[in-house]
Amino acid sequence: MKYDVLVVGAGPAGSMAAKTLAEAGLSVVMLEKRQEIGDPVRCAEAVSKRGLKDLVEVDPRWIAADLKGSRVFSPDGASIVLSEEQSGGKTGYVLERKIFDRTLAMEAACAGAEVMVKTRAQGLLKRDGKICGVSAIRSGDTFQIEAPLVIGADGIESKVGRWAGIDTTLKPKDISTCAQFLVKDESIDSNYCEFYFGNKIAPGAYAWIFPKGEKVANVGLGVLGSRSSGIGEPLRLLQEFMKSHLPKGKVVEMDVGGVPVAPQLEAMTTDGVMLVGDAAHQSDPLTGGGIITGMTAGVIAGEVAADAISRGDVKRASLRDYEDRWKEPNGNKLQRHYDLKEFFIGLTDEDLNNLLHSLTNEDTVKMDLRDMLKSLLKLNPKLLWGLRHVIF
Amino acid sequence: MRCDVVVVGAGPGGSMAAKAAAMAGLDVIMLEKRQEIGDPVRCAEGVSKASLKEFLPSIDPRWIAADVKGAKLYAPDGTCLTMSEDKAGAEVGYVLERKVFDRSLAAEAAKSGARIMVKTRATGLLFKDGKICGVKTIRFGEALDIESHIVIGADGVESKVGRWAGIDTTLKPKDISTCAQFLVEDKSIDSNYCEFYFGNRIAPGGYIWVFPKGDNLANVGIGIVGSKSEPGLPTKLITNFVQERFPKGKAVEMVVGGDPVAGVMETTTADGVMLVGDAAHHTDALTGGGILNAMRAGVIAGEVAAKAIAAGDVTKAGLKEYEDRWRAAISRNLERSYEYKEFLLKLTDEDLNKLLGPLAAEDISKMDLRGMIRLMFKLNPKLLWELRQLVV
Amino acid sequence: MLDANRYKCCYCGAYVSVCPTCSSMELMETWIEVSQGCKDCSVCTKICPVGALEAEV
Repeated sequence: MKYDVLVVGAGPAGSMAAKTLAEAGLSVVMLEKRQEIGDPVRCAEAVSKRGLKDLVEVDPRWIAADLKGSRVFSPDGASIVLSEEQSGGKTGYVLERKIFDRTLAMEAACAGAEVMVKTRAQGLLKRDGKICGVSAIRSGDTFQIEAPLVIGADGIESKVGRWAGIDTTLKPKDISTCAQFLVKDESIDSNYCEFYFGNKIAPGAYAWIFPKGEKVANVGLGVLGSRSSGIGEPLRLLQEFMKSHLPKGKVVEMDVGGVPVAPQLEAMTTDGVMLVGDAAHQSDPLTGGGIITGMTAGVIAGEVAADAISRGDVKRASLRDYEDRWKEPNGNKLQRHYDLKEFFIGLTDEDLNNLLHSLTNEDTVKMDLRDMLKSLLKLNPKLLWGLRHVIF
Repeated sequence: MRCDVVVVGAGPGGSMAAKAAAMAGLDVIMLEKRQEIGDPVRCAEGVSKASLKEFLPSIDPRWIAADVKGAKLYAPDGTCLTMSEDKAGAEVGYVLERKVFDRSLAAEAAKSGARIMVKTRATGLLFKDGKICGVKTIRFGEALDIESHIVIGADGVESKVGRWAGIDTTLKPKDISTCAQFLVEDKSIDSNYCEFYFGNRIAPGGYIWVFPKGDNLANVGIGIVGSKSEPGLPTKLITNFVQERFPKGKAVEMVVGGDPVAGVMETTTADGVMLVGDAAHHTDALTGGGILNAMRAGVIAGEVAAKAIAAGDVTKAGLKEYEDRWRAAISRNLERSYEYKEFLLKLTDEDLNKLLGPLAAEDISKMDLRGMIRLMFKLNPKLLWELRQLVV
Repeated sequence: MLDANRYKCCYCGAYVSVCPTCSSMELMETWIEVSQGCKDCSVCTKICPVGALEAEV
């Protein structure tokens, strides 16, 4: 089996890369180790509307909720409303990832990419020191797939980068470990997504309630790896959060996951290899969101890979354009968000309360995250002194 | 832990039982061994519209992957028969998105008051003084006993509840259909028709289906009777079929499963135990369809559980109403379908061509399955002599 | 050696990303495989959201 490009992993980033390549006329194969695409869900499923609309045509079948705004809660329970659509703010959708991911993979297939499910990459093939494909295993049978260029879209547990010599190991302080329940409760507001902050509630991260229609919501919580003090901490804290915030809520499902909240990788490419999505730590360290960023990177990687293949040069220098185009504006913004995260995780609950209270007299409904941060800096120059160098 | 009724399994049968029992005021716990509900899909996902609406007056568009107009039947020699929407029998109507549908039904049960415990596997029944008084479970690797008056086994084709209670649910190889299915993307897929392909060469003792799922997508699967199968045969045959029928098609996902295609069980109750759905072989042996029968039986089981507990008699005698009502509702159809299936198993491809061929000249577009078989009988009296009692 | 409780595991894969050795852990379809390369550093045990990984004493 021989292709121009091989993509490992059929999440949103991998599918966008495969689709872009297939549309450019290249022969592409995308491997997915699971038998189904999009299962199990490991994510809170929220995305920005604008970000999504820039990338794909929105299909109501994979939209679980169309949000009108967000609410942010401080540890003492005070709250503000952000980004109200009515007021011209930017809001989001909550997706049905099981359908969404599958649709994206289908679009890649539709564009001409080969999709192989239940097929796990288990190592890179090398010839004369050059990467020339992967060794894969499918239903117990080992076989080789040749391709001069491999795109690793293999998620948080990525191996492609490590095989190629890119160190993608995450430090415990750079991973948010998460547990989530799908909850049915009459008190769920289907129009707003909610964020709860506090060192006791969710050390180094936050808890969320993201509605999914019909009084159902993803209720989840992240804990920064370095703050996880015991075994199974996220699940335990989530159960406590349920007791205090949704005591009558019925848990219908659960899922878990890890999110990179890490600095930008120094290298996302090497000779014959590119990394995209969670595998390249492209999730937003401040929010944990990685769907749109991963898809964006997938498209860029696909375009750059197509150029590189047509030039017949897949060395790192030839793939460099991907890293440059990723860096501005996306990479730089995420790096700033990493600095912000590093600062915010040092704040006490009292600090967090003070910050939120400082906004209660402000007109927050039009603000997005960036506007809110700017406003916080203006109102709390002393507390946020450490952030003065972080340019928004 | 203690409750009135434990339902084992959160498929459509279990969720309807849990909902009905909770609505009748019982304290219900529904167990699901997986962490998510509705995954992995093991089914072709087709249901009749009218019957679905019987249970669910408001159909959520997110459940519906395709709304089909009719069915096309293909004889081994390629002769095609077209049947119209409302007459083609129970398996034409909607093609569901089971991942979303099953979860919604479970959420409905939760809304009615049932507690749902995911990632909780029943490992046996609890007995006190020789009487069943609940289930033993493993939840997150830890043992947990749940006491209850009644256990409803909705635990699917791999059912254990019945066996633990002394009901023999073992299937003979000739009474199980072993299935493999791909989700295929292809421009030539007709989103208006479900297709069925018959023939001993392509699907020994069964058939191949193509059920559209919108956007050039379809579930393309095969069921073959266990006694005519050999290791890996369903996957091999369906792979061949996809290559021939959809040479440019892309297979994106793969699911597998087994359907009971057995006769009506002699008993589906024991003291303190009721079985519903695939666990009770409530599957139509001719079509393999089981979603609606399971839902129907689930509702009856939930209602009867409430009556029996109120009457203080949960013995087999006290649960007799369940046996009586589900049999009145579906057993005649199940029996007839089983006889048809047994008969069809004996037919050669030549017989099948002879049976289906003459129908191509008749107007069958308005006929239902029974009407069609009656017409076949008229046209092929000799071949169908064996079935004469059934048809009248 | 690390003990992976496959009954608790919800197969999220997060632990693989913090493992200092690349080859000793792998998320198969729905189970974790821990091989001889595991150095018992236990860094993964606190990352697992459900506590399915424990260092064997």
